[in-house]
Amino acid sequence: MIEFQHVSFAYEKDRPVLQDLSFRIEKGEAVGLIGANGAGKSTVMKLLLGLAEGEGRILVEGTEVRRDSLPVVRRKLGFVLQNSDNQMFMPTVYEDMLFGPLNYKLSREEADARVDAVLEKLHLEDLKHRYNHKISGGEKRMAAIATVLTMEPEAILMDEPTSALDPYNRRIVINTIRELEQTKLITSHDLDMILDTCDRVILLSEGCIAADGPAREILYDRMLLERNRMELPLSLMGRSD
Amino acid sequence: MNKMQRAIRELSEMDELAAGSSLIHALHPAAKLVTTVVYILVTLSFDKYDLGGLVPMLLWPVLLFQVSGIEVKACFYKLRIVLPLVMAVGLFNPFFDKAILLQLGGLPVSGGVISMLTLMLKGVFCLMASFLLMATTSIDSLCAALRKLHVPKLIVTLLLLTYRYVGVMTEELAVMTDAYHLRAPGQKGIHISAWGSFLGQLLLRSMDRAQELYSSMMLRGYCQEFYYADYRAFRLGDALYVPASSTAFFLLRTVRIAELLGSTIVR
Repeated sequence: MIEFQHVSFAYEKDRPVLQDLSFRIEKGEAVGLIGANGAGKSTVMKLLLGLAEGEGRILVEGTEVRRDSLPVVRRKLGFVLQNSDNQMFMPTVYEDMLFGPLNYKLSREEADARVDAVLEKLHLEDLKHRYNHKISGGEKRMAAIATVLTMEPEAILMDEPTSALDPYNRRIVINTIRELEQTKLITSHDLDMILDTCDRVILLSEGCIAADGPAREILYDRMLLERNRMELPLSLMGRSD
Repeated sequence: MNKMQRAIRELSEMDELAAGSSLIHALHPAAKLVTTVVYILVTLSFDKYDLGGLVPMLLWPVLLFQVSGIEVKACFYKLRIVLPLVMAVGLFNPFFDKAILLQLGGLPVSGGVISMLTLMLKGVFCLMASFLLMATTSIDSLCAALRKLHVPKLIVTLLLLTYRYVGVMTEELAVMTDAYHLRAPGQKGIHISAWGSFLGQLLLRSMDRAQELYSSMMLRGYCQEFYYADYRAFRLGDALYVPASSTAFFLLRTVRIAELLGSTIVR
C-alpha cells in the first residue's frame, strides 16, 4: 500500500532529516510512527503527501509520489492534522465535510449521502450543522476525522490525533481509530494510544529507522525506547521487565 | 475577552445571522446581490442637494430589517467603526458651499449643510444595504453568486480566502496580544517599541497557519476552484425579486414621495 524506497530528505544541505529510509506498509495495517522530537516523523508524512520533495521513491498503491501524480495519490490518502483548527476552515461541520467530495467532482446528492453515512458511523449526527468555532476540542477532532472519511481514502494518516484532548475525548478518538478499516499511519508521542490502535510500530531516530516490528515488542522494550529518548507507555510503567 | 477575541466573535456572528431562515435569507444570493447593487447605484444617483428625494430610500432597508428579523441595532453596532468615516466624508461641505438654499423656520440652511447630510445619508443607506446582504447571505453563497454572475474565479477565490484568513490572522493576533499583556501588566495597548517585532511575528505566524490551511485544502482535492457548499437553484421567486425591487427603487427615485406626502398634509 505504502512504500518508502531509500528516501532521504534535508531542509538544509548538511543537516539531513531522513537518511535512506525504506519501509513498506501493507493494506489494512495500522502502523505507529514514533520517535523523539526532530526524529523525522512529520517529514515522513509531508513526503508521503507530496508536501515536500526528497530523494528516493515513495509509492502509494504502486503510484509514485511525484508532482504530476499528486491528485491521484492524495485521493488515496486522508490526512488528519494535529491542529484541527487548521483542518476545519469552512463555517460549519457539514460544509467542511462536503469540501473534499465536491472537489472530487461528486454530485451534491452523492456527497450528501457520504456526509450522512460518515456522521452516522461516527455517531456525530448532532454536529452536522454546528459551527466549527462553537464546538469543543474533542468534537472538532472527531469532525476533522469525519471530513477525511467523507473522501473515502484507502489509507488514513494522523498527526498526533489525541494531543490536547481530555481523557474522555481521547478515549472516543482512540475507539474511533480502532474501528476504521483503512490502512493507518499514526504519528504520536502518546505511546499508550499507539499501543491501543497499532499492530506495528516504526521507531525513528535521527532520520533513520531504529526499530520496526510488532507494537507489543517495541513498546515493551524499555531499553530500546530510552536509548531513543523515549519512555515506556504510561500503562506499562511500574511493570517488571 | 480581549478586543481581538471580540472581533473573532463578531465575524462568526455574521455567519450565524446569515444562517437565518427568513424569506430574505431564502432568496437566491445572486438575486440579493444584484438587487443590492441596483439599490446602491440608485441611492448614489441622487443629486447632492436632493435630500428630500433621498430620504424615502430608507424604506427599503427598513422593509428588509422587518422581513429578515435582523435587529437594526445589530447593524449599527457592527458598523460602528466604519460609520463615522462615512459620515465624515461631507464634513467640510458647509465651509465651501455657503449659498443659502432654504429657510427652515427662519433658520437659513446652506447648500453645504444639505449636501453634507445627503452624502451622509447616502453612505449610511449603502452601508445598511451591504450589511443586510452580508447578514442574510453566507460568504460561500455570495461567492457562488459572484461565480454565477461570471466574476473571474481568481477574484472570487481571493475574496473568500481573504475572509477566511482574516479570522486566522485575528486569532493569532488575539493569542499574541494576550501573551503580551500577561507580561506587561497595567500597560494599555502595545508599546511602540514592540510594534515592529509584533507585526513581524504576526505575519510569520499567520503565514504558517495559512500554509497549513492551504495544505489541508490541497489534500482534500482543492485545485483553484471552490465548490460552494451552500448552493441552490435559481427559482421563479428569485427571478421576480430583482425586477420587483428594481421597479420599487425606480419609483422611489422618480416619484417625489416626500413632496407628495407633504403637499397632501398641507392641503
